[in-house]
This record gives sequence, C-alpha cells and structure tokens, in this order.
Amino acid sequence: MLRIVLNGESRELAAGATVEQAVAATGAPLPHTGLAVAVDGEVVPRGEWERTPLAEGQRVEVLQAVQGGAR
Amino acid sequence: MSGLEIAGRRFESRLIIGTGGFRSLAAMAEAIAASGAELATVALRRVDPDAQGSVLDVVREAGCQVLPNTAGCFTAHDAVTTARLAREALGTDWIKLEVIGDDRTLLPDAAELLDAAATLVEEGFTVLPYTSDDPVLAARLEDAGCAAVMPLGSPIGSGMGIGNPYNLRLILERAGVPVILDAGIGTASDAAIAMELGCAGILLASAISRAEDPARMARAMRLAVEAGRLAHDAGRIPRRLYAEASTPLEGVPELS
Repeated sequence: MLRIVLNGESRELAAGATVEQAVAATGAPLPHTGLAVAVDGEVVPRGEWERTPLAEGQRVEVLQAVQGGAR
Repeated sequence: MSGLEIAGRRFESRLIIGTGGFRSLAAMAEAIAASGAELATVALRRVDPDAQGSVLDVVREAGCQVLPNTAGCFTAHDAVTTARLAREALGTDWIKLEVIGDDRTLLPDAAELLDAAATLVEEGFTVLPYTSDDPVLAARLEDAGCAAVMPLGSPIGSGMGIGNPYNLRLILERAGVPVILDAGIGTASDAAIAMELGCAGILLASAISRAEDPARMARAMRLAVEAGRLAHDAGRIPRRLYAEASTPLEGVPELS
C-alpha cells in the first residue's frame, strides 16, 4: 500500500500507483480534461500522469476551474 | 467604438466579468450574456466530484475567453504555482495575478505581487495584475512586462466605488498598457466614472453576481461602460465655479 495526502485527505492507493490513479481516486468524472495536478507543489503535466509514480507521503493536489473572481 | 486590446488580442467589450458569487450557473449564464463580456475570470480549486455542471462549459458557451486567476494566494510562490496549474488545466497562458496581503481587506501584497509578475512574465505568461491604486507600483508592474495593470477602486467586494480618483488619474497618465479598473465597483455610475477617467476597461464580479437581479445589473454595467467610454472620447466640458450661459446675450430685449 501507498499512503498519500490527496486534496488534503489521507488516502491509501495500491503500491506503485501513478498520478493518473490518484486523479481517478478523487472521483473526478472522465474524461480528465480541465484538470491540473501538483505533487508536493510541483506541476505534473497531463502527458506525464501515467508514467509518474507516487511516493509514500506525497501531497497530491488535483484542481479544476470553479466560479471565482473575488472570494 | 473601438474595442479593448490586451497583448495583441482585441475584444469588442470593455467589460470583463468575474464568475464568483453567482447563486447558480444558470444565473451566471444569463448575466454573462446580458453583460456582453468576452473575457471571464475563473478560479482553481480542488476537484469536487459532486459538483453540478461546469463553470468552464458555461463560460465557453457564452463565447467568453477564460481568464484564470490566482485568487486566494498570499505569496508569490503560491501564485506562480497556481498560474502554472491554470495553464496546464485550461490551456491558456493568460493569468489574472492576485497576491493578497491581508485577509480582511484583501488588499494586494505589493512586494509579492511584483515578484510573481516578474517570474510569470519570464515564463511567457500574459500577466494581468490586480494591484493597489499606487501609481509607482503600477509603473513597476508595467516595467516588469505586465500586459495591463488592474488597480482597485476600493477593496474587493466592498462596492465602495473609486476611493482615490486622483491616484487613478496618475496611473492613467503614465501607463503605456491598458489600465483596467478591478474591484470596488458597486453600481453603474462607478463603472461610468472609471471609464470617463480614461480606464480601458472594467473588471467586476460582485456588483453583478450579488445584485438582486444579476442579469439586469449586468446590462446596466454594459451600458455604463459604453456610456463612460463615449463620454471620455467625446471630451467633457471643464468644471467652472460660475455659470456660463449657453444662450447668447446679444439681442436680449429691454422689457422694463
């Protein structure tokens, strides 16, 4: 097992899980367009999700556009 | 009436709309249509698998270009990372740069803002910074390569209008890039005044989204921006202390 922090919540993924699997674990509907991912504060480009493995304890943020100008 | 040009892109409308604060996506769609805006800001947040509908779909169906912002960032580091994430998620290198220095006033942090702007310009972003109404900071942001400067009229969401028109005039006098009034607009006359002063455009959200009738206010803002721009271009009369008759005094009869 692999424990990461996914969008602020502790989550367990299968050992060897990639960024792509973390995105799927958020429940974001397919296709995964309009999303962006940061791992430990660094952007992981869309094309690298499938081949980027995650490590124990990493913080993964999966973001999308929402309504917002001022808060 | 010629449009707004930012970084070589032309927009017919000089009104940029923020998508925050609407009660529903349907209300937002109606207001965007009524506003005539062609550029709409969105924020980036953690995915919500239960969210109903997509703000992106609504903005794009309205024919608007998406302008992501860095709302909620308090450091240059976070703002730069957010801009990179927005570029990744939305496929645009345009960014409304916001770096907030204080949670209660939401006023910009000048030092962090300038730092973030310089980094993002270096990385090829088209940077539209939300800034205070400080003429020196506006000049520094322009010198850093920002595509526009967006001074506040008054704090975000305050609806207090243009607090310091003299500073705004100083910014306008020097600026070589479009000056877009961002934040503080409460009602149509505020937008008209900003345009009369010479602003190239207006960015607002709350004044429309939190109005009792957002679509009606959106139309009011559209007309105010157009009216203010026309009045600016038409050249107003000077202010005088005493009256100046518009009717000739020649030929006045003696009646007593």
